[in-house]
Amino acid sequence: MAVVQHYGCKLLVLKRRRSQKEFLKIDRNRKSGTVAKLRTAACVPTICDFFTMSVKLNALISDSYVDISQYRDQHFKGNRYDQEKLLKQSNTLYVGNLSFYTTEDQVHEIFSKSGDVKRIIIGLDKVKKTACGFCFVEYYTRTGAENAMRFINGTRLDDRIIRTDWDAGFKEGRQYGRGKSGGQVRDEYRQDYDPARGGYGKLAMQHRPTEAQNTF
Amino acid sequence: MSRRRHSDSENEGGQAHKRRRTSEPIEIEDRLESLICRVGEKSTSSLESNLEGLAGVLEADLPNYKNKILRILCAVARLLPEKLTVYTTLVGLLNARNYNFGGEFVEAMIRQLKETLKNNLYNEAVYLVRFLSDLVNCHVIAAPSMVAMFENFVSVTQEEDVPQVRSDWFVYVVLSCLPWVGKELYEKKDVEMDRLLSQIEGYLKGRGKTHVPMLQVWTAEKPHPQEEYLDCLWAQIQKLKKDRWQERHILRPYIAFDSVLCEALQHNLPPFTPPGHMPDAQYPMPRVVFRMFDYTDAPEGPVMPGSHSVERFVIEENLHCIIQTHWRERKTCAAQLLSYPGKNKIPLNYHIVEVIFGELFQLPSPPHIDVMYTTLLIELCKLQPGSLPQLAQATEMLYMRLDTMNTSCVDRLINWFSHHLSNFQFRWSWDDWSDCLTMDLEKPKPKLSYHQRIVDIVPPTFAALIPAEPIFTSLPGYQASVTVGNAIKNRASNEEILNILKEGESFNPLKVDVFLQTLLHLAAKSFSHSFSALGNDEGKLHILKVVYDVWRNHPQMIAVLVDKMIRTQIVDCAAILHSTIRKMDKHVQKIQQELEEAKDKLEKQQHKRQKDSGDDEDMDKNSEDEEGQLEEQIERLQEKRFIMLLTEHLVRCETGSVDITTPWYKNCVERLQQVFLMHHVTIQQYMGTLENLLFTAELDHHILAVYQQFCALQL
Repeated sequence: MAVVQHYGCKLLVLKRRRSQKEFLKIDRNRKSGTVAKLRTAACVPTICDFFTMSVKLNALISDSYVDISQYRDQHFKGNRYDQEKLLKQSNTLYVGNLSFYTTEDQVHEIFSKSGDVKRIIIGLDKVKKTACGFCFVEYYTRTGAENAMRFINGTRLDDRIIRTDWDAGFKEGRQYGRGKSGGQVRDEYRQDYDPARGGYGKLAMQHRPTEAQNTF
Repeated sequence: MSRRRHSDSENEGGQAHKRRRTSEPIEIEDRLESLICRVGEKSTSSLESNLEGLAGVLEADLPNYKNKILRILCAVARLLPEKLTVYTTLVGLLNARNYNFGGEFVEAMIRQLKETLKNNLYNEAVYLVRFLSDLVNCHVIAAPSMVAMFENFVSVTQEEDVPQVRSDWFVYVVLSCLPWVGKELYEKKDVEMDRLLSQIEGYLKGRGKTHVPMLQVWTAEKPHPQEEYLDCLWAQIQKLKKDRWQERHILRPYIAFDSVLCEALQHNLPPFTPPGHMPDAQYPMPRVVFRMFDYTDAPEGPVMPGSHSVERFVIEENLHCIIQTHWRERKTCAAQLLSYPGKNKIPLNYHIVEVIFGELFQLPSPPHIDVMYTTLLIELCKLQPGSLPQLAQATEMLYMRLDTMNTSCVDRLINWFSHHLSNFQFRWSWDDWSDCLTMDLEKPKPKLSYHQRIVDIVPPTFAALIPAEPIFTSLPGYQASVTVGNAIKNRASNEEILNILKEGESFNPLKVDVFLQTLLHLAAKSFSHSFSALGNDEGKLHILKVVYDVWRNHPQMIAVLVDKMIRTQIVDCAAILHSTIRKMDKHVQKIQQELEEAKDKLEKQQHKRQKDSGDDEDMDKNSEDEEGQLEEQIERLQEKRFIMLLTEHLVRCETGSVDITTPWYKNCVERLQQVFLMHHVTIQQYMGTLENLLFTAELDHHILAVYQQFCALQL
């Protein structure tokens, strides 16, 4: 923690845990104040023969939609470091919260807005081999994928908010859901009724009395 | 594990945030950077007291961190132009406390200006000069030396044999600084300024304007003329001068510090000679100012500044700068736009909508990717009560003026609108649009995707406009195609499929037909099947013919499929062009020659690719190179096709005495313009050939005019 000297007037420092925009005035009787810890994006010096052009201003070059998320594929063959490296250079996106009825050409149309799509692999129920609400979209260039993360993630496809995330790369077998019933894990445990994703979650369906029992 | 990133835990102002790590050391330099970048943002204290405090902190850190502070301040001058006056005030305060620092900062800025000009960063250079000029207001730079710099800039108009865009830029820089510093310069040096302005006026009168029609979004002059950018800015400066340089929109924090700042000693700018013209210089292209609103469109609330008022210029500049800074972060961008300082005195939402559409429709191409604007507008709708009614108003106005809108812009409007609607459950006041049924059917139709969904949603009265289903069953070989289709669905190997087709050595038209029909039918639902079985087939022309037959009612599908086939190298450009220009008897021989040349080149490339087929990376690179070359050749030959089609049309009209300004003609001419603009870099290389072969004096003058307009953009 750096120590800031008393300047003989009200000292303005950043307060930790606030939104980093507020300046907090410190009582002038304090001889020294501590400066808040900030997020530590290291200032990367670039090789440049002219010093004033070399500042990258990390506070400005914010591109948070492109950052990798907390998710890591548990079935990934390799260590965390390898997986993160692949994620950071990947051209492939995972797309989630699709309707079971969304077609590949619908996916192609929307994701082509951010770049040329090389291929789409629709996620399948492992048992039924039907679409189970996710897919992979692979672009020819990283830029296409980044723009999808910035501008298509969190918007609607087939009237559902879809979510995109970096993927380390498609491998045969990854197109199948990993839930016990064959679909995605999230459809095993969810409690809500979603007609575009097979109705109730699998667990919830076991606890519900069936229609047959209620009719005569 | 939580996957939510931009969820409700967003803080006010929409800044992206990471988890705070409490155990890592801070760099003082990071702190300085953060303090400087964040000054001027929403805060519990006033801007003035924040600036005062920050100036104190920086002054104390100068002995140890002077270079870092210099670099940060130079960078914010270049990268945060929308906060120009906040930072000039800060520099003014520092200069008042430390004269030497002020001098060093000015020197650093001049060095940075030279670097940006050397590196073709003309937009950033404008911001730097504007920063320097506002430093006059902060008593850091002496007014006479600023006027001298402006005089040097304007003297570029006297240079001979330089591109018009070069002198344009230097004039633009001077004019665009005047809203900030005009008053101060006129008070100190009015004679010199008058001379400067009359020099500029003389230059502007003599400028060529051939490029303007190519860049206008609408061809009509009503209701708002689409003015060339320098003409518009000149009119705005003239009006400012008439108002005795009274400018009230720009936020000027330095006024509050006047008593401190006028005690400061000023520096003189070193004499600055504009760098000479270099052949590889890339000056900014000229623009046409996009206007769709005036004060009559915003009847309630604050009055919209007129099209020739300098406030309009400043507001639009600042909004463009905000988008330029924050385009990657859509929530931040929307929040920053909506918290524009001084927003209570202007109809801000109208300005925002106008600026965004202005960028989206910019010719030749928008500054950022199209889909960014869609998402930005969605974010703005979320943040505004009633979902930004100005956007609905704008959309209806744009629809009313489709007749005179540039074709490429119509395409973008259609793409934007359909994507936008799909995010709002296609809710719209459809009945108000019923007059589009009576539209000439040759005009581009709104592209409403998802055939089935649309049939359900759109009222039956619109049925005439819905794109038709593809035609399959009427083609011969349908039964056989079903068999093949099943085989493919069951993922039969290529060998098995070929066995089904009983393919021999030579290619059999019907069997290729069947195979293709099947693949295309399956491709109707999916694009990702491998076409590798067709790799060595000689029947590429036949493939194309089948594509056109099947999808003749659905031109978008043809475009996607042909594009896909090019990219997967199934067909080459020569084949495509051969099939599309088959009709033109007169010119087939000429084209044939060029096709042979192109085919030779392609064969050579393909041989090369087969040799390198080991490494995946190399293949990608090679295919990129090949694609580039293929695309070049496609453009050239496509242009020829356009010209031939146009000439044919014109000849038909002349003999039939028909008016040539039919929508089809307009469409064709604008597509030719579009081809030029989109591939202008490549076309530049072929200018000589184009002039000799195609754009000779014998060509119809309407088509020749398009070419001349294009040439005028760079010269």
